[in-house]
Amino acid sequence: MLGRTVEDVSSGSDSDYSNSWISWFLSSKGNEYFCEVDEDYILDRFNLTGLNNEVSNYGQALDLITDNLDDDIQDELRGALDVQARLLYGLIHARWIVTARGLAKMLEKYKRVEFGRCPRVLCQSQPLLPVGLSDIPYEKSVKLYCGRCEDVYSPKSSRHGSIDGAYFGTSFPHLFFMVYPNLIPPKVGPIEIPPTRPHESEVNKRNRRTREEPENPENVTEPGSTAAAALKADRYRPRIYGFQVHEIAKLQRWQEAVRDRQVSRLEALEDLS
Amino acid sequence: MSRPTEGNEDEVELAEEVISGNGEIDEVMEEVEEGYTSSTPTSTLTWISWFCSLPGHEYFSEVAEDFIEDDFNLTGLNTMVPFWKEAMEMVLDVEPDEDSSRIPDVSIVEASAELLYGLVHQRYILTRAGLQSMVEKYESAAFGICPRVYCVGCNVVPCGRSDLPGIDTVKLYCPNCNDIYAPPSSRFQGVDGAFFGTTFAHLFFQTYRELAPAPFYKLSLSADSSLSPGRSPLSDSGNSTSRPSPFVNPNPHGGQKRPEGRVYSPRVYGFKVSEQAKSGPRMQWLRLRPQSPDELDLVDWRGRWIDDEYDDVDEVDEEDRRMEDFDPVGDLF
Ligand SMILES: [Zn+2]
Ligand SMILES: [Zn+2]
Repeated sequence: MLGRTVEDVSSGSDSDYSNSWISWFLSSKGNEYFCEVDEDYILDRFNLTGLNNEVSNYGQALDLITDNLDDDIQDELRGALDVQARLLYGLIHARWIVTARGLAKMLEKYKRVEFGRCPRVLCQSQPLLPVGLSDIPYEKSVKLYCGRCEDVYSPKSSRHGSIDGAYFGTSFPHLFFMVYPNLIPPKVGPIEIPPTRPHESEVNKRNRRTREEPENPENVTEPGSTAAAALKADRYRPRIYGFQVHEIAKLQRWQEAVRDRQVSRLEALEDLS
Repeated sequence: MSRPTEGNEDEVELAEEVISGNGEIDEVMEEVEEGYTSSTPTSTLTWISWFCSLPGHEYFSEVAEDFIEDDFNLTGLNTMVPFWKEAMEMVLDVEPDEDSSRIPDVSIVEASAELLYGLVHQRYILTRAGLQSMVEKYESAAFGICPRVYCVGCNVVPCGRSDLPGIDTVKLYCPNCNDIYAPPSSRFQGVDGAFFGTTFAHLFFQTYRELAPAPFYKLSLSADSSLSPGRSPLSDSGNSTSRPSPFVNPNPHGGQKRPEGRVYSPRVYGFKVSEQAKSGPRMQWLRLRPQSPDELDLVDWRGRWIDDEYDDVDEVDEEDRRMEDFDPVGDLF
């Protein structure tokens, strides 16, 4: 994953792209979770609405990430601009990955397990997705969301622990599974990533700004109900010399009763519709 | 992981070889941090200290030699370890007999010594001295922290999923979420989980109840904002201003530590993802705690609600309050 070259990124549009600021940024160590934002998305000012208030030297930072910065700019300013350019790219990235094309790019990275695997033993190495705990920059570092246990984890590597979570945002993984419902991981069994078909109504609802439709999907079956999915989930049961630990067993029974109640609630709702 | 290839047929041999111990277990010497030595033990370093200093062996405690010398503690192990006698000599730094030349390759004995030490270790860390040496490591976070964000850096302990060697590698148990995790570094992938065993982690928290988080959690409104998990990438908010009041679990055998009880709640554009959505939350129960210990009694031993009449809406709201909340807004989906 380190030193990943531009050819890796699915839509290598421009030929001399390898020298661009974005490709440099993407290949920098620690930036492995980011995907490439299409240039025409960045060049459409509509998509950047409001970001000029978030980023100082907005115009020049934008010129820098789109490789339009004047060459005769002083090195001193260039260093400061670089910080602003990273912030701007991060904030654009957070918006981009919840568009149809951005989701599709993150899907490719997910399929290649570029965000790591769930550390929870019973998740059986489920691939993860990045998530922010805040949409405001400089508040929380990026975390990883597991679609199997539906929990969030800290990245293993400290170089990812310093990436701002706002560059991925709080919505991304949840929107991802709304748009690709057949990718919602089963609660048990080995990991397999099925062929994807985006949920069109969701895509349209969420991405009114995006003009084009996602790539034509393969025909796959509509995913089934998830109402009782949790009943299959495996869990760890602490034991001392083979006997369950009383207080923990009691808590686990209570948790499973909460689970069962949710399942009946959801099944009752399904029966109504 | 080295596994025993075949059992040692000659079981009787053991009793003669093991120096009979005095049965007492003294406190362990705690001079683990010797630094790594590259290859074989030197004269100044015991085999045990050397073994525990190897990369990937950071979770091991140094077993007291007199524990190994007491053959009562080794009951049954000789059938699991090939070249038992030679392995014992290696672990205890005893000069080998002349006839040890019958061993074709020293690496075979090394594998046996590792297996022997690991299986003795599984037993040792269940003793008072062993628990004591592990709690010192625990409190210095030698086993690392839980990767789960809402466990807020809770220290973990090593555990096995089996007590038999050769089945699975070592895992880490978190007492806050009662779950097990893969160690973050691949260097632990060569460490057998049986060398820590299935019992240790839980006996540990039964023994040190003040380290075990209690099974109930009440969101204290004042502390809520300062308890935000995770590190801020750049700015650092100086929090932890008000320490909460002392905490007691009425169950004297239960965890006596205030838990980290918040549960992740997925949001899209600031709105909670409804459980009615196909991709809605299904697993929050796995991390949820009741607000009071009494609520645990509302479920019988079969896992059923004793009083099954409840108001749907109220219950959902009540559970929601325990979910992590960044900006309280209504449901959208
Ligand atoms: Zn997981
Ligand atoms: Zn935990």
